Amino acid sequence: MIKLTVNGTERQFDGDPALPLLWYLRDTLGQTGTKFGCGMALCGACTVHIDGAATRSCITPVAAVAGKRVTTIEGLSPDGRHPLQQAWQELNVAQCGYCQTGQIMQAASLLQTKPNPSDDDIDLAMAGNLCRCGTYTRIRAAIRQAAAQGGAK
Amino acid sequence: MSRENSSRLIVVNESRRGFVLGFGAGSLVLAFGGGALARLAHAQENKEAPKYGGAGMANGLRDDPRLFVEIGADGTVGIFCIRSEMGQGVRTSVAMVVADELGADWARVQVKQAPGDEPKYGNQNTDGSRSLRQSFAALRRAGAAARAMLEAAAAAAWAVDVGEVKAGVHEVVHAKSGRKLGFGELAAKAAALPVPKADTLKLKAPSEFRYIGKDRTRLIDGADIVSGRAQYGIDARLPGMLYAVVARSPVYGGKVASFDAAGADKLPGVVRIVQLNATPVPSGFQPLGGVAVVADNTGSAIKARAQLKIQWDAGSNSSYDSTAYRKQLEAANRKPGKRIRDDGDVDQAFAAAAKKVSADYYTPHLAHATMEPPAALAQVKDGRCEVWACTQAPQESREQVAKALGIDIGQVTVNVTLLGGGFGRKSKPDYVVEAALLAKELGKPVKLTWTREDDLVNDYFHAVAHSHFEAALDKSGKVTGWLHRIAAPSISSTFAPDPKHESAGELGQGISDMPFAIPNVRIENPEAAAHTRIGWFRSVYNIPHAYAIQSFVAELAHAAGRDHKEFLLELLGPDRQFAPQLAAGNAWWNYGEDPAQYPVDTARWRRVIETVAKESGWGRKLPKGRGLGLAAHRSFVTYTAAVCEVEVGDDGAITVPRVDIAIDCGPQVNPERVRAQMEGAAIQGIGLARYGEISFKAGRAEQTNFHQFQILRINEAPREIRVHLVAPDDYSQPLGGVGEPGLPPIAPAFVNAIFAATGKRIRDLPIRSQLAAAKTGKAA
Repeated sequence: MIKLTVNGTERQFDGDPALPLLWYLRDTLGQTGTKFGCGMALCGACTVHIDGAATRSCITPVAAVAGKRVTTIEGLSPDGRHPLQQAWQELNVAQCGYCQTGQIMQAASLLQTKPNPSDDDIDLAMAGNLCRCGTYTRIRAAIRQAAAQGGAK
Repeated sequence: MSRENSSRLIVVNESRRGFVLGFGAGSLVLAFGGGALARLAHAQENKEAPKYGGAGMANGLRDDPRLFVEIGADGTVGIFCIRSEMGQGVRTSVAMVVADELGADWARVQVKQAPGDEPKYGNQNTDGSRSLRQSFAALRRAGAAARAMLEAAAAAAWAVDVGEVKAGVHEVVHAKSGRKLGFGELAAKAAALPVPKADTLKLKAPSEFRYIGKDRTRLIDGADIVSGRAQYGIDARLPGMLYAVVARSPVYGGKVASFDAAGADKLPGVVRIVQLNATPVPSGFQPLGGVAVVADNTGSAIKARAQLKIQWDAGSNSSYDSTAYRKQLEAANRKPGKRIRDDGDVDQAFAAAAKKVSADYYTPHLAHATMEPPAALAQVKDGRCEVWACTQAPQESREQVAKALGIDIGQVTVNVTLLGGGFGRKSKPDYVVEAALLAKELGKPVKLTWTREDDLVNDYFHAVAHSHFEAALDKSGKVTGWLHRIAAPSISSTFAPDPKHESAGELGQGISDMPFAIPNVRIENPEAAAHTRIGWFRSVYNIPHAYAIQSFVAELAHAAGRDHKEFLLELLGPDRQFAPQLAAGNAWWNYGEDPAQYPVDTARWRRVIETVAKESGWGRKLPKGRGLGLAAHRSFVTYTAAVCEVEVGDDGAITVPRVDIAIDCGPQVNPERVRAQMEGAAIQGIGLARYGEISFKAGRAEQTNFHQFQILRINEAPREIRVHLVAPDDYSQPLGGVGEPGLPPIAPAFVNAIFAATGKRIRDLPIRSQLAAAKTGKAA
């Protein structure tokens, strides 16, 4: 039996301990805001926070998060109004939107460590998050805007 | 304006339904990419008046307001979107059109996604950059008709002449008496009134538009997307559902010879392992077959699938080798092929030439790689099938599911979710059929997910293409002769055995509509067979055609010692309009549009080129290692031109400080989304040019995930993309497409910029390490 906390709720897991956290979140808990993109930590769509740090849930076994705090996009802010989420809407960043929850989770982690990132900081931190629609220039702008509005809340 | 309080927008709240009535059944016509073309060709052959635009698509267009608008007693306006949202913003833009004509307050608008039902809604295909282009007028009529019905209901309530009342914002006003009734108060009475005839409708003048053409509308799904609530096909859920993945033949046309599931079937979570029959080649929209693993979660199904021991009967495509195939295309292009155009006397032009220039260009297979891989949830119960799917083709999905299950199409419901990218992949519902077959077999709802490996290995690949050019120049550097041979396997190969040539629809993408005022032109299309599953990818054959033509023009300009922009404008010749046609009585193609309304217009070509040149500072001095590159193209009856600025380091590393794109797509419903599409096209196009390739060995795709099929990352993206909207409110023009036309000029502008920066001419895509190799003197 593995115990973990997901978005503030304590959970117990008794399935295959090697199961990637992604599928536990999506299929068992029904928290589908965390996306499947590659299964090899190559695209960042599955990014969640584990004890506050951005982590690819597609290659993280549930066993590895025993006793830890998992935060998904559903738990990033109680009302969906994190400064990044607001900036993303104000600048109409999304096209298809599928990668954007992973992008926002990665960006939230960046702002925790660098509250006022430069474009180079942004590129470095976000280089593992792919967007096939090509929204990168707006992602940069939204992160800058959220940072200017105190995004590291 | 806040959308945060709206519940899932795709869920219809039955209690709010004001007026949504049924619609009589129309005829069903199988529609895939070439369906409209086939109908057009049939009309041409039989001398019938061809139908163009939306009317020429299967099941045509509808403008009945009862299909698109519902108004609740509380005044909430529901607008039905019949097209699929895949990032182009169609759910927002469609609602903007209807809401504007209706007079609705945007804050009280909800968008509801229509299920697949073309006899009811008209054509629902979301491809060909057609959604707004072909339905703008019908959507306006639907909104205006609903407004007229509300006005008539108010006039009746007040017993005044309808001419005395006028709809304002979300209410109808009787100016004389100052009385007002809200849309919600009028909805029930309005719904009972007859729908006014189209020719009686008063459409708004563009100066009266409040949403159309304005830049301030936020995405209708924006709040759901950033909070994780947005529902894609891969997110659909039902109680008691199971999860599946399928092991498919890595070679197109292969079948399971035998398989051993021992071990895999004992893994935790595994429920069943089932063989799916292969569809014989050409498999069209039906599944490839294979072995399905069904489990209580997707991760367990993936793990068990890896344990299966499957012997494949790989079939006749198992010798497909893309390196060898390229040599075949080159050989085909060394000899004359089927003539597509033959203007003037090319042989004479070459005999008299002062200078001859020749070059070949190669573009590889590509994979769509939508961030959301193909996925669908299906339930089969009591002889009915209900599906939730990220599909660009809901009606086609119904047809294919009905065919596979052997049930009537009326027993199949297809609910359309958001699409995590489409790019043409999700026009092909093979994955929807797989989900339905498994749901039937298991007797429970099944969600079928393609892994990234499945997506890249078993895609409907963009076609590989090879172009050979020869040009004759006179003493002054003017082009007097143009020979172009283009060889590429056709998408038709996925639907019919052994087509030898590109179809008229494929050649219509930059070849038969090639606009240059060159007196002697010969264009040929030698034979090319397909050895894998080919399908349309965003902008389709415009990718290889624009790449080759716009690269070659830059090479000719260089050979003539001329400025590229001036040379390109001179090639376009005097401003003129012409209908794109093929030689020798072949069917021709103009994206399904009437050539009288949408001729090839060289003045519009010229204008986007001049605009992008001016805005990008064409001709400006740049430091060593930097260069500007230009390209332009017409596709989906829209004109685009791009200038890329690149910097190439001593180590061959490429950076892109800036991209400028000009677009003339006629009047624009949602300029903000037009900009977004151009930005995305620039980034996707540079990514494809740098890295995009699926290569084949022994019939198998060699790239299996994003480490091998790389897409552009943020640190490689342009620092700045400037989009220049040409005449976005010129309503004297009809609407053009937006979703695809941004892509074709990007790769040629990019390689032309690399040439300007380095002197190195890239002719083969992708670029990969060709520049680094050039710097170190090693072969690419």
